[in-house]
Amino acid sequence: MQTTEEYKITDALAAFVEEWKDKPGNLIMILHKTQEEYGFIPRTIAIELGRMLDVPLAKIYGVITFYHFFKLEKPGKNQIAVCMGTACYLKGGEDLIKELENLLSIGVNSTTEDGQFSLEAVRCIGCCGLAPVLTVNGEVYGKLSTDDLPAVVAKYTE
Amino acid sequence: MEMVNIKLNGKPLQVKAGTSILKAALTDEIKIPALCAHDDLDAWAACGLCVCKVEGSPKMVRACATEVVEGQNYITHDPELQEIRTTVLEMILSNHPQECLTCGRSNTCELQSLAGDFGIREIPYEMDIKDIEADKSTPSIVLDPRKCVSCGRCALVCQQLQNVWALEFLERGHKTRIAPAGGVLLNESPCIKCGQCSAHCPVGAIYEKDETRKFLAAVRDESKHVSVQIAPAVRVALGEAFGMEPGTLVTGKIYAALRKLGADSVFDTNFSADLTIMEEGSELVHRIKNGGILPQITSCCPAWTDYMEKYANDMIPHFSTAKSPMMMQGVMTKTYYADQIGTKAKDIYTVAIMPCTAKKYEITRDDNMWASGEQDMDLVLTTRELARMIKAAGICFDCLEEEDADSPIGAYSGAGTIFGVTGGVMEAAVRTAYKLVTDNELEDLNVHAVRGMAGVRKGVVDFAGTDIKVAVAHGMAHVEEILNEVREAKAKGEEPPYHFIEVMACRGGCIAGGGQPYNTNDTVRAQRVAGLYNDDEKSVTRRSHDNPEIAKIYKDFLGAPMSHKSHELLHTKYQERPIYSK
Ligand code: SF4
Ligand code: SF4
Ligand code: SF4
Ligand code: FES
Ligand code: FES
Repeated sequence: MQTTEEYKITDALAAFVEEWKDKPGNLIMILHKTQEEYGFIPRTIAIELGRMLDVPLAKIYGVITFYHFFKLEKPGKNQIAVCMGTACYLKGGEDLIKELENLLSIGVNSTTEDGQFSLEAVRCIGCCGLAPVLTVNGEVYGKLSTDDLPAVVAKYTE
Repeated sequence: MEMVNIKLNGKPLQVKAGTSILKAALTDEIKIPALCAHDDLDAWAACGLCVCKVEGSPKMVRACATEVVEGQNYITHDPELQEIRTTVLEMILSNHPQECLTCGRSNTCELQSLAGDFGIREIPYEMDIKDIEADKSTPSIVLDPRKCVSCGRCALVCQQLQNVWALEFLERGHKTRIAPAGGVLLNESPCIKCGQCSAHCPVGAIYEKDETRKFLAAVRDESKHVSVQIAPAVRVALGEAFGMEPGTLVTGKIYAALRKLGADSVFDTNFSADLTIMEEGSELVHRIKNGGILPQITSCCPAWTDYMEKYANDMIPHFSTAKSPMMMQGVMTKTYYADQIGTKAKDIYTVAIMPCTAKKYEITRDDNMWASGEQDMDLVLTTRELARMIKAAGICFDCLEEEDADSPIGAYSGAGTIFGVTGGVMEAAVRTAYKLVTDNELEDLNVHAVRGMAGVRKGVVDFAGTDIKVAVAHGMAHVEEILNEVREAKAKGEEPPYHFIEVMACRGGCIAGGGQPYNTNDTVRAQRVAGLYNDDEKSVTRRSHDNPEIAKIYKDFLGAPMSHKSHELLHTKYQERPIYSK
């Protein structure tokens, strides 16, 4: 989903930019702050930051996409994170992702149109014994097969 | 100049201090394999193919990014290095689709040649090809990131030489890809379609849109009169595709080849370069004499125009309203020439052979490009596409007898031909504006002040007592310096620092355009530049206003420069455009 919502630079962010503007390494710090404010990095804000800092948008996106920490999409109300650590990968983590993409009609790192679900792939979350594993809003579901997924999703569907 | 003494494989060699091992080796005809290094760019040391040994040191160094050190002996080739390089190549190939047969760079690909030279027959690693769709959104170039070998050249070109920042590496590790920021397509990005990325990419990850089939279809259509024009820069570069030295002048052979390919009439963009000078030169004189907005800035480079509309649209009032030579030629073909052969605009199919990918974009850039009532230019093919068509048609280019262009819009002056080099438009304009202002002819036609390869050149030309201040910039990244001078003067309410500014997006001008034969560097640029100056020197007429066909077109059709008819057909306007259209 391309976010069409309008976002404005918050006062807190504006003050932060002012403070960091001329310091080395400012871009990362400012992007961190941005994510703190909005939960992700809205495109309109990235464009605005580019203007304020006189940095091309291409450079900002180079940074945002380099660090997995930064999110480009507004997280859904329910955040599904599928583990892609070695154990889970070997036990079919990728199939879980594929099936969820089907069920939700979205790709990885995106959010459903109605804002209910977002899907991401994460590194080992330390429950390898239960592989393959996913979490929804932090709640862990283990030893999953693709057949279990509709039920998991249904649990969170309003 | 400080020199250092080194050894290459034991053989003593003296080179300039600060030279990389890679370039030092080349001075002795030793070629170290390299995939990411490029003469136009700072070393990025991405591919690892150029590794060399330093005698007495256990470490290997990257030859492209390591400066020579006095007294050292560098081993550039030995069986162990050969093995390492083979492994590096195999690893690159394991991430590369094996689609040479249908690739835009088949036969000219640097990776393909290396794989050939190293005799790679199988890839001992698991294949892992990115799954990304090609971006065909612009009318000019195709971006196929699956084939990208992450050499970094295009990003450096787009960011450092062109200052456009359309391309950047996104993500990391094996997901790294080259793309515009923010999930937009290239056509929605700041990209100005200059194609410099495509001219620098070593592989088929960025290439010009091939439209040769449209030409073949037009030629087969009996109802169409196919009229072709060739740009100045094509004539000093096309020969390279047939093994000739860069700069070899092959104008007459190109005319002949185009007729063999089925063109019904063959004209020369240089004719319209002369026409552009008449219009743009008159516009300049008009601005100077009537207190118009100065400086006037050239508008014949569509990549520059696109850049200005996006990044510097405060300059719109400064832009010459004269269309580019290519567009003028198109509209004259579909009006003046159509009348002469008793046909209609809609029955003529206009084709331009250009050194440039941005020209593919220009022909539909706004509704002024339909001044004849039809689309004035139907098709643009780059020099590279023409080379392929000639080869596919089995034409022996070398054997072709030279032919002449057709009348009445084919003759050109030396001023028209130097449009293809940085400073050339300025020089051509000065030759004619001088006459318009002083009513005398300029004595020394070689305007040395505006020649050369410095990114920005400034000069003063004496117009019989009046100083005309001019500036030239090429390589998009150099333009801001001059524009800022103009902006500053404006802000302070001072006299404008210049009367006339020429800008070309590509380093060296169109002779090194994004659609020219590959392997362009400053040596090749110098050869092509010399080719065009040579064409100028040996021209019978060297001033646009002396071109007899120009005199005739004004007498028979246009009236005078800047006439009502000229305005309707030969001039255009500009608009602000967002840097990101999405
Ligand atoms: S065509 Fe020019 S502006 Fe566009 S991506 Fe390539 S180098 Fe950048
Ligand atoms: S697209 Fe071509 S030039 Fe750009 S990084 Fe990839 S291989 Fe290099
Ligand atoms: S300088 Fe010439 S080749 Fe380069 S973009 Fe401009 S018109 Fe095209
Ligand atoms: S690999 Fe999935 S929890 Fe460790
Ligand atoms: S050429 Fe030196 S690392 Fe690529």
